Amino acid sequence: MSKKLKGWREIPIGGIILEPGSSALYKTGSWRAIKPVIDLDKCKGCLICWIHCPEPAIRQITVSGELKVEIDYDYCKGCGICANVCPFKAIDMVPETG
Amino acid sequence: MAQTMVKNSKLVGMNGDEAVAFAAKQANVDAVVAFPITPQTIIVERLSEYIFNGELEAAFIPVESEHSALSACIGAALTGGRVFTATASQGLALMYEILYIASSMRLPIVMALGNRAFSGPINIHCSHDDAYAARDAGWMSFFAENVQEAYDLIFPAFKITENKDVLLPAIVNLDAFILTHSVEGLYVFDDKVIPEFLPQKEPHDAIDFENPKTYGPFALFDYYMEIKRQQEAAMETARPIIKKVLDEYSEFSGRKYSPIKTYMIDDAEAAVMVLGSMAGTMRVFAKKAREAGKKVGVISLTQYRPFPVEELRKVVKGLKAIAVMDRSVSFGSPGAQLYMDVSTALYNMRERPLIYNVVYGLGGRELPIADIEKIFDDVLQVAKDGEVKKEIVWMGLRE
Repeated sequence: MSKKLKGWREIPIGGIILEPGSSALYKTGSWRAIKPVIDLDKCKGCLICWIHCPEPAIRQITVSGELKVEIDYDYCKGCGICANVCPFKAIDMVPETG
Repeated sequence: MAQTMVKNSKLVGMNGDEAVAFAAKQANVDAVVAFPITPQTIIVERLSEYIFNGELEAAFIPVESEHSALSACIGAALTGGRVFTATASQGLALMYEILYIASSMRLPIVMALGNRAFSGPINIHCSHDDAYAARDAGWMSFFAENVQEAYDLIFPAFKITENKDVLLPAIVNLDAFILTHSVEGLYVFDDKVIPEFLPQKEPHDAIDFENPKTYGPFALFDYYMEIKRQQEAAMETARPIIKKVLDEYSEFSGRKYSPIKTYMIDDAEAAVMVLGSMAGTMRVFAKKAREAGKKVGVISLTQYRPFPVEELRKVVKGLKAIAVMDRSVSFGSPGAQLYMDVSTALYNMRERPLIYNVVYGLGGRELPIADIEKIFDDVLQVAKDGEVKKEIVWMGLRE
């Protein structure tokens, strides 16, 4: 949300949002205090974390022909559910720095 | 107010509920949403009959609570329809959360409010508790003094709320029982002339499946304050529009309407200020006081929100004292609600009248003639002494 916000005379009245899908503009990643880090060697691509992520901020990727996951840090709030449900302990929660 | 016969109208006998329902029917509303059980008035019952009998083509949506009633009004208003509801006291209280949502979404809804006392103790008679409870909620608010005005105000209320520069919901207040359940003679129009004053509604930003929009979204510290500022701007914009529409309606109906009414105020030393049905009574006794040589007058408001600050400042010039009458209590506050409004509105005037607060008529309590006369004598005494000895006085109360 770094871009300049509009003044009260510039926005549609009643808070109406004219374009659909605008929630994607709301990058919630800045809320995060701890972040999930995936160890791709341990990840088996079971997608249990992908199912459980409430955002959803986990994306499916292919690494050397194998199904894996990655975190979308623009939206991940750092809730830690993924790390908690991972059966292979492939996700570590580490403090955000800086 | 003198009633004059105008063309395309006829004299009928109706109580305030029936008159309001008849006006809503003639306004050709598209949806009537209501919780039809106590403290509801006959207003929506009559409307349900009009719809059932085929006299009004509209959706009647009976819901399970007033909270749902106003929520459904929001949905109906979003489709672009002309929406009407009615409630009173506890019903308004149960709508409270949705009052703010309707106004922040800028939906033109008209609500008739049969002003009744809030419980407890349980009471179904007149106080202005409900009207005052809605005063901060972003709704425009108008007060009827008699059944004719209750009927009349419905038409300008729709026209003002639906103005594209306003788009705020509006409440038309009428005193419980004194107006809602009392039969008075009033002039009603032929249905066919109404569109001359109130044409069919033109939807604004209505739901459109081809162009989907988000209504009532989340807005945190980034946009909430701007949306609130827009609401206040709409109240400011509404002021001249209300005046203009009331002028238009005065012309249309032959009955004079304005944001603020004064009676024998020009050379008055002191005045009372009052809302609702008590205004006419106070005028009768002001006239009697005048006959006894007492220079008193009466100020009453048709427009309560937005509060007619400038108009009030103009009419109080030259007055030495005003007794502001409230049919409600604001516990522990510096005075009741109208008194606080008037105090705030007048404070920055270089020369202003002394004011004090008269609390009266709670829960339908009659104000005896002797007390009415005493109010005029007291306010004249304050004018003479140049001092308010007691800021809040309860009248009609047993000690």
